[in-house]
Amino acid sequence: MARILAPGTQAPDFTLNVTPDQKLSLHELQGKPIILAFYPADWSPVCGDQMALYNEILPEFQKYEAELLGISVDGAWCHAAFAKDRHLHFPLLADFEPKGAVAKKYGAYRKEDGFAERALFVIDRNGKIFWSYCSPVAVNPGADGILQALEDLTLQRNNNERVESSSFVK
Amino acid sequence: MSVLKVPVSSNDHIQGDEHALVTLVEYGDYECPHCGRAYYIVKALQKHYGPQLRFVFRNFPLTQIHPLAEPAAEAAEFAGTHKRFWEMHDGIYENQDRLSVRILSEMAERLGLTAERLRDALADHEFEPRIGKDFQGGVRSGVNGTPTFFINDVRHDGLYEFKDLVSAIDARMLQLKPDVA
Repeated sequence: MARILAPGTQAPDFTLNVTPDQKLSLHELQGKPIILAFYPADWSPVCGDQMALYNEILPEFQKYEAELLGISVDGAWCHAAFAKDRHLHFPLLADFEPKGAVAKKYGAYRKEDGFAERALFVIDRNGKIFWSYCSPVAVNPGADGILQALEDLTLQRNNNERVESSSFVK
Repeated sequence: MSVLKVPVSSNDHIQGDEHALVTLVEYGDYECPHCGRAYYIVKALQKHYGPQLRFVFRNFPLTQIHPLAEPAAEAAEFAGTHKRFWEMHDGIYENQDRLSVRILSEMAERLGLTAERLRDALADHEFEPRIGKDFQGGVRSGVNGTPTFFINDVRHDGLYEFKDLVSAIDARMLQLKPDVA
């Protein structure tokens, strides 16, 4: 298994196609928590596939104002067909050319297979990695870890605000 | 290791003895073909273990890919309020390949329930909160697709063919009561 970037690291910026004619950069989303979900490939043959699951849980993520980005080495046209078929309501990024370059930056590329790990990153509002997790490639990691991280992130933020406001009082 | 965050309680749909050695919890979707297959596997497990196994079914409808998963879950919950949950549950899985809202109504009628009441319940999404609660509890427990099984509160990560589940359940039983196995 690859060694993925650890919490505390600044999340490497990137710009990737989100549709065949539209690009998205990580820094455009700064100010919100970001969930970056690397996965091996579109069209995995099970119903409970990871992206379909996250699609269902989207309202939960939105409670934390978090933006979810799926990312694999599939091309933008492939993503478009996959997203349409599965009714996905969040962006899929094409880490297509040079292949897997972003996955490599995050330590989430499986060189021997030519696709990304099932690696999850929760990035805080300042663009720093708050939590990361790499699942065995055959095991869908679910969403409990992501939700726990978002909850911890909110808690930390509230505590910081409390500390700041109390120092104002002094 | 993912563990069940919402303990089995009297709010659940339960088959089998409270004192069973092993409790198998399934998070399932009525329109998911893998759950459709797992339905028969669970039946075989229940036959194999008898009173030693307790089975609990919780809802995990993937509504974006399975448009009938939610109405089917609501219909089963509707039947549940008339103590006919398992008949409806079984009926849905046994008719999965021809599932429709009409079939759900027909099955309700066959169970002696009023199809009109079911229609109203579906229109009002009367049982959506309960199903949503199952779903959220599942997400928190690490349910990562359907079906997801928990054996005595621990998520089963392997395959779920009959033999795979038997070996996982046997292993759990052996830990609990070495003299039984």
